[in-house]
Amino acid sequence: MNLKNFKINLSNKNKGLVPQVLTVLLIILAVVYFTINAQNNMGNRGISFGFGFLSQESSFDIAFSLIDYDGSYSYARAFLVGLLNTILVSVIGIFFATILGVTVGISRLSQNYLISKTAEWYVEIFRNIPLILQIFFWYFAALRALPLTVDSINFYDISFLNVKGWYVPRFIWTNFSFFFYSVIAAIISIFFVSKYAKKQRDEFGKQIPTLYISLGILIGLPFLTFLLGGVTLSFKIPELTQLSKTIYVYQGGVTIIPELISLALALSMYTATFIAENVRAGILGVNKGQKEAAASIGLTKSQILKLVVMPQALRIIIPPTTNQYLNLTKNSSLAAAIAYPDIVLVFAGTALMQTGRAIEIISITMLTYLSLSLSISIFMNWYNKKMAIKEK
Amino acid sequence: MNINLIKPNKENLTNYVSIGGFLVLLGFIDFLANTFFNLNVTGFLPEKLSYFIPIIFGTIGLYLIRIEFSGNRLLDKINTNFNSSNFNAILSLLVIFVLIKFVPPLLNWFIFDADFIGTKKEDCTSGGACWVFVKVWLNRFVYGMYPDAEQWRINAAFLILFFLVGASFFVPVKFKKYFLGFLLFIYPIIGLKLIGGGDFGLKYVETGAWGGLSLTFIVSAFALILCFPIGMFLALGRRSNLPAIKYSSIGFIELWRGVPLITVLFMSAVMFPMFLPDGTYVDKLIRVLIAITLFEAAYMAEVIRGGLQALPKGQYDAAKSLGMGYWRMHFLIILPQALKLVIPGIANTFLALVKDTPLIFVVGLLELAGMVNLAKTNPKWLGMAMEGYVFAGLVFWVICYAMSRYSQNLETKLSTER
Repeated sequence: MNLKNFKINLSNKNKGLVPQVLTVLLIILAVVYFTINAQNNMGNRGISFGFGFLSQESSFDIAFSLIDYDGSYSYARAFLVGLLNTILVSVIGIFFATILGVTVGISRLSQNYLISKTAEWYVEIFRNIPLILQIFFWYFAALRALPLTVDSINFYDISFLNVKGWYVPRFIWTNFSFFFYSVIAAIISIFFVSKYAKKQRDEFGKQIPTLYISLGILIGLPFLTFLLGGVTLSFKIPELTQLSKTIYVYQGGVTIIPELISLALALSMYTATFIAENVRAGILGVNKGQKEAAASIGLTKSQILKLVVMPQALRIIIPPTTNQYLNLTKNSSLAAAIAYPDIVLVFAGTALMQTGRAIEIISITMLTYLSLSLSISIFMNWYNKKMAIKEK
Repeated sequence: MNINLIKPNKENLTNYVSIGGFLVLLGFIDFLANTFFNLNVTGFLPEKLSYFIPIIFGTIGLYLIRIEFSGNRLLDKINTNFNSSNFNAILSLLVIFVLIKFVPPLLNWFIFDADFIGTKKEDCTSGGACWVFVKVWLNRFVYGMYPDAEQWRINAAFLILFFLVGASFFVPVKFKKYFLGFLLFIYPIIGLKLIGGGDFGLKYVETGAWGGLSLTFIVSAFALILCFPIGMFLALGRRSNLPAIKYSSIGFIELWRGVPLITVLFMSAVMFPMFLPDGTYVDKLIRVLIAITLFEAAYMAEVIRGGLQALPKGQYDAAKSLGMGYWRMHFLIILPQALKLVIPGIANTFLALVKDTPLIFVVGLLELAGMVNLAKTNPKWLGMAMEGYVFAGLVFWVICYAMSRYSQNLETKLSTER
């Protein structure tokens, strides 16, 4: 009897072992096969695998860069420029997508028939058109219809919009670091205030108007640096200058290139539809009994929203919305289609053409995105765990 | 007559409604006169005030007619749907005014001022949209660079497909399995052969010439059929007890889900050939199909995994207690239920797939959006970008909207069944 049982166990173990060994062997075989081929191919072309090219001079220009860059910098620097541009457009897109998405999501639940229908049609229209087409539309059709430099659209004489881009004033700071530290100090003190307020609420049942205090600190502290710290801020307004008989440009301000505008527009309008659906689902997902229970213990309407509905709705809203932020960041790679110099265009496009190092460059690009996604999903898992503990 | 302006009430219903209605009407007349006849009725007021007069009049008017349970059905309906508070009243007015302001010019551009007749750009004279452009290029938008004389082959392939799909509803249950097998695994090869040619006296058409809307359908259909089984096995692998299989599945899924499709396509274009023995050439379209399939399979795997997780554990236990092995348990008991649960998710993945197909332009294959891009750079048709993108957007919108509606339909249908 014992022996028989032993046999069964053994066979079960073997059953699991065979497919595992086969899988591992298959993967190893594939990797070896591809590596040998890659080595042969690279040998034929006279290049060897390695990342040494990153420190070589790139000798190409990038149209838009947040840090100092020209052709004399290295490929690694070009990669950094592309990465920063990707992050820039993602952050802008996430900011506007959140605002628009939350507004539309709440509007869809409005009692007002017109508002909810408008929001619904917004979602249906922009969700069902491919993002790349929306980017093309804004870039090639809508923004190309803007006036020429000479007759730009004028916003109160401080910023100008034309077919070459959007010209906004340049901020000129003195003692900027002072101001910067004051903002950080404000954020830290807000953190402590909210912690203190929570303690007061939990222990003594006292309500402290955290929102107003935080707003006060956030505005007041940096404002103090203007009065006491010698921080000044002035604007340099872009001015129309004539370069030659027919060529006019705006100089002095900051230029937001049309590629960035159309990409940010399309990304935020497209992603906002998904965020709107998440917000709607989140608010609808809060049990009606929760609101009634809160009302029955005498909370006011704003207290119900703030203390009962929002915390529960946010728990439903935040995970899929983070996913949308991630999607937006990945979708920003479509920039390559309209020549916005993001990481794909600069690195996997121009740098690859110049160096011919397909394997290294594509791997670096994919690894960059991969590490971005993985870090966000690790954060999400942590957040979900934290929320799940709070439940009990 | 005692009009209490602070609080409209039911006693003086007629007075309130007539005065309120009159004010709203005044606001609308002012707005319409401004918009359509360039007539500023309130021009004698300061500029800013004159600008806001319609809103102010409308809001006051709507305030006056906001009487709860008035007994008048129409009035009650207006009040609950458009006019439940001052804030809602202003929002309603704003939406109506914005619609009045922007819809007629858009319609004019789109239909009333548009040109439909002609064969060249110069025929577009009326200032609206130039649909002549779309008309002239329609053939290219649908078939790409496919030779005109051979286009019947694409038509035939799709017609046979529709016929087979339609026929599948009438096939006896006994043969349905084989019929579906044929449809999913044999027919795609026949269809590709028919469109690609090279044998049976059909002229060979290289894949670079394929394009337009038909390519969108070909790519999405193939990727869907191929990614489904791969995704299924990946999902099973991810839930497997065997660590080697589990972690290789997780690694595979997360790798593809973590990168944008465009980099995957770049990879298939420039990196993949490096991994093949020297001298082997894999067709562009095949490479793209492999890339998209693997990419979508990872997403499909996650969708199916959701279905697997949603099934109660009792189903597994019951199957095991009947003595079923791993594969029989999954194919007879678990997967049929799990897949039914995730039909909406599968539909969403397919929707995302269709919306992703334009990206194949990075390897030089031009489907609908790519063809529009090509057409608008034609020297004879410069400046037609708007028409082209609106047309392509409309086509994609119709396809995707119909599909999302259908998946919502399925969702409600399946949820009532349970």
